[in-house]
Amino acid sequence: MAEEEILGKAYDARLMRRLIKYLKPYRWHVALGIVLSLLVSAMEAVRPYFTKIAVDTNIVQGDAHGLLVTMLMFLAVMIVRGFIQYANAYLTQWIGQRTIFDLRMEVYHHLQKLSLTFYDRNPIGRLITRVTNDVEVLNEMFSSGIVMVFSDVFTIAGIFYFMFTMNWKLALVTLSVLPFLFYGTFLFRKKARETYRDVRIQIARINTFMQEHITGMLIDQIFNREKKSYSKFSDINASHRDANIRSIFYYAVFYPSVDLIGAVAVGLIIWYAGHNALEGVVTIGTVMAFVQFNEMFWRPIRDLSEKYNILQTAMASSERLFQLLDDKTILNIPPTLLPLKQVRGDIEFRNVYFSYTPQADHEHAPAWILKNISFSIQQGQTVAIVGHTGAGKTTMINLLSRFYDIQQGEILIDGINIQQVDPKDLRKHIAVVLQDVFLFSGNIQNNIDLGNDAIPLERVKAAARLVGANRFIDALPNAYAAEVKERGATLSVGQKQLLSFARALAFNPRILVLDEATSSVDTETEQLIQHAIKKMLQGRTSIVIAHRLSTIQSADKIIVLHKGEIREMGNHQELLALNGIYRKLYELQYKDQEIKSN
Amino acid sequence: MRPLLRLKPYLLRYKKTLLFGLLTVIGSNVFTVVQPMFLGKAVDELKHGIESHTFVSGDLLLWAGLIVGFSIIAGICTFLTRQTIIVASRHIEFDLRNDLLSHLQKLSYSYFQNTPTGDLMAHATNDISAVRNAVGPGIMYPSDTVMTLSFVLMMMFMADWQLTLLVLIPMPFVSYVVYRLGKLVNKIFTDRQEQFSLLTTHAQETLSGVRIIKAYVREEYESERFRKLSWEYLKKNLVLAQVQSIMWPLMFVLVGISLVIAIYFGGLKVIDGRMTIGTLTAFTAYLSMLIWPMIAFGWVTNILQQGAASMNRLATIFDKEPEIKDTGTTDHSIDHIDGGIEFRSVSFTHKNAAQPTLKNINLMIEPGTTVAIVGYTGSGKSTLVNLLPRLYDITGGELLIDGKDIRNIPLDVLRSSIGFVPQETFLFSETIAENIRYGVDEFKEEDLHSAAETSQIAKDVLEFPKQFNTTIGERGITLSGGQKQRTSIARAIMRQPKILILDDALSAVDTFTEEKILQHLREFMKGRTSIIISHRISTVKDADLIVVLQNGAIIERGTHDDLVSFGGIYADLHQKQLLEQQLEEM
Repeated sequence: MAEEEILGKAYDARLMRRLIKYLKPYRWHVALGIVLSLLVSAMEAVRPYFTKIAVDTNIVQGDAHGLLVTMLMFLAVMIVRGFIQYANAYLTQWIGQRTIFDLRMEVYHHLQKLSLTFYDRNPIGRLITRVTNDVEVLNEMFSSGIVMVFSDVFTIAGIFYFMFTMNWKLALVTLSVLPFLFYGTFLFRKKARETYRDVRIQIARINTFMQEHITGMLIDQIFNREKKSYSKFSDINASHRDANIRSIFYYAVFYPSVDLIGAVAVGLIIWYAGHNALEGVVTIGTVMAFVQFNEMFWRPIRDLSEKYNILQTAMASSERLFQLLDDKTILNIPPTLLPLKQVRGDIEFRNVYFSYTPQADHEHAPAWILKNISFSIQQGQTVAIVGHTGAGKTTMINLLSRFYDIQQGEILIDGINIQQVDPKDLRKHIAVVLQDVFLFSGNIQNNIDLGNDAIPLERVKAAARLVGANRFIDALPNAYAAEVKERGATLSVGQKQLLSFARALAFNPRILVLDEATSSVDTETEQLIQHAIKKMLQGRTSIVIAHRLSTIQSADKIIVLHKGEIREMGNHQELLALNGIYRKLYELQYKDQEIKSN
Repeated sequence: MRPLLRLKPYLLRYKKTLLFGLLTVIGSNVFTVVQPMFLGKAVDELKHGIESHTFVSGDLLLWAGLIVGFSIIAGICTFLTRQTIIVASRHIEFDLRNDLLSHLQKLSYSYFQNTPTGDLMAHATNDISAVRNAVGPGIMYPSDTVMTLSFVLMMMFMADWQLTLLVLIPMPFVSYVVYRLGKLVNKIFTDRQEQFSLLTTHAQETLSGVRIIKAYVREEYESERFRKLSWEYLKKNLVLAQVQSIMWPLMFVLVGISLVIAIYFGGLKVIDGRMTIGTLTAFTAYLSMLIWPMIAFGWVTNILQQGAASMNRLATIFDKEPEIKDTGTTDHSIDHIDGGIEFRSVSFTHKNAAQPTLKNINLMIEPGTTVAIVGYTGSGKSTLVNLLPRLYDITGGELLIDGKDIRNIPLDVLRSSIGFVPQETFLFSETIAENIRYGVDEFKEEDLHSAAETSQIAKDVLEFPKQFNTTIGERGITLSGGQKQRTSIARAIMRQPKILILDDALSAVDTFTEEKILQHLREFMKGRTSIIISHRISTVKDADLIVVLQNGAIIERGTHDDLVSFGGIYADLHQKQLLEQQLEEM
């Protein structure tokens, strides 16, 4: 969180140039926005001018008809102005929304391109913030930040223009308060910004404390720390209150000061007009118009000073976003790829070495997770991988789908090195069932077909039937259209597993990779799952990280992985006879299952 | 608005400040409202001067001076209003937030297990600040509005009542429009927030599930879904923009109509000589003073409504009664505990659970002995020890400490006699020293070091740059799981408790370090009752008594040797751990 709070400099030309590029597709809209701003500003500035005409040429001359005409024109200008102002406000929002939409999609696409190495290094929470909040912050910059600056500048310019053309001397007298207003506003902004930052820091402290002490309430209570924690919290809470009270002080000084500066200007207008009444250079209408101009100054000045904050937060967010967009942690894809349309399903690992941190240190050899792995699987065969925790089993199946690139050796499918084909083509032939079943919010059907239109509902149903998931699905209200909550919260562990099996079958792959879940389920579900696994393995090349004795026993080959190396290979009986690692593993993990099933 | 009545005691606390604030509101209005009158007088005099070509500067200077002078006084009053009413609202916010924490501290463990932390955080931040808004601006603006309205209307009626009635026609629409648009904006805003959370959820899901998406080559499909959600979000934002953009232009048009009415009909009167030009000037100035109160009226209504809704949510927390607390039967003469524990046919069922978590537990623990609890995940081990500091109250049987019903022992006496190392290690992001001495008020430096020594964290700590003053979690200093557990053990030891509870507290510590900790603990545990939960045989084998729990019931009990020869679950566990050791060495 702390990282998100830091505010950097308000302007960075390099970042700004890159940001402005996102406006390019909408440059005509931006241009239109600027023109509309110009019109609105002009009509805003012309308002006191109508008052002057009404007073000086109509009322003073006793021209009632002229007054009606002037007022109707005034009304017309105001209504037109209202429409243009509305259109402009909407247009600027439209520009901002379209721009951040583009940016958000770019960030999302980029995230999808990045390899798993990137995801291993970056916490998901931070990435979500990039796609959501960081992009959101830029909205203000792209909408009001750019077009509205023009509007404020135009308004000030318009007011100046009318004042000087009406009476340049009176204009100078009135504007003599302007430096004070400018200085006061910017001083206030500066102070307000400081206290605002202070308040933010204190809020963050309150939140951190609350979060921590609600999560750790148990510790507070069993260690009798309630009173101590309370007084600590009270101190932080008081700092927050005091920071706010400091900020109230600046507001309390600023707003009356603006009023006072305005009153001084009115005083000056009256005094100057009276002083020169003899010469008759100032008319009543002019005085009234100037009183109105005087009230119109400070809004654009205040708005301009607010733009500083918008810029500052935009810079901080865009820096983080660009950093992400510049990250190039992607797989090494050669320029010419071999096609992989049809796959028989022969798999071979040849002297494969893999480490998650290959260039970590020059002096030390990389920390190999897998060392010199060689084995082959004929099409249609099932291979079981067994090993103790941390042996490298999961890594091995990740390499087959090419989630990571290996450092040495070769992985071949049908004799083709998988580095020579598009990873997407490769993955189309491999269905992966992970230990932690990941379900998406949506419904049953699209958790099986993952939204793939090429898979008709019939195939989804057939896959569910084959693995025996149809029984619980049909019992759900709306069956295949039944809602699935985030992470499948309403489904049992067994049901989730059956769903992930159905998913794998619906894609009808040549190669199946299965990481069996260890979590215990009731006997009935266990039988369903065993039956389903048997169905899945039929007729396709399969690699299974096995935790079930039944799976191991039915495998054509068992690979015993120990500390990153293949130590034993063979079938169940052969390996037991070896009386080595497999035997120990068997006694540790699988023997009980034999006792239970007998 | 009814829920806001609950704020009465808070408001009364700042009664004087608030009343003074209301006085300053009156003051600032009085001194502001007369200013246009001075302007009117000045204009009339100016007109007279221009027409008669006489020098008028002296009198004009008086009016100009009065405007500036009154503006200064009004300014001081406005300053004081903010310094009293708004400042008071910050004090009330402070009190309210303190009270919220203090109330939460009294609520029991089960409440926090059933209430998402995120919800409580939202109450502590958003709801409290909405209530604050209702008390600060919610008092200042309405009172200011009412004052301004009555004073300005009075002045306008005095100047010309007919014209006043005419120009007032569009004014109620201003309030109404602000109120309705405000409501509409809130509704669309909520709608938009929901879409935003859909977007966030999708990002969250597809980023967490990136493995599956890549494995099944669903990147394009998910992009398309994300594009649709983003597009929907964009549309909702534009709807919001439509409504928000209409607010100010519409306002200006309505106010403009009033101004046109004033100048046209006022102008006609001036032409007919029934009104002076100065009065008309004053009149238009008054008109511009009415705009803000009209806007504020609609706006404040929304603030008050939101404040009331938030207060309602806060009230549900404040009305929650603490489940576990001292009662009338508490015997306050008990001021210490020796450490004898007896479970007599204890059973425990979680609220809303169909099955009991603990069934018919009978267990006698003499003061100063060590008992180990072993069993599979979900067998009820943690629940059993959670009953001792009364994180839960038993639902059947009797639980006695030193022969007395646990519910009759004052809660703070009970808890201060227990050193608890929970299964999920929780440390605060403070210094290591502060974490270790968390449960004691006074201590000697040696105690801290010896607690750290006993739990084997001392050596690790001395390698940190700031040693015991290293803040956990700061600048990338993160402790490993094992280091955290050892700090947590030091914290429990530091209290010199009569009863020490280790709930699977050595799971992340390697076997070598574990052996050393156990050695040190053996010395420390002399004369103290200890209860140790563990999955590891090595941790529990030396206990005076080992009990095996399964499905909430004790199914085996005895010493290590007894249980190994018995050949049940414990013996099986023992066998497996021997195998693991052998595997590790292969």
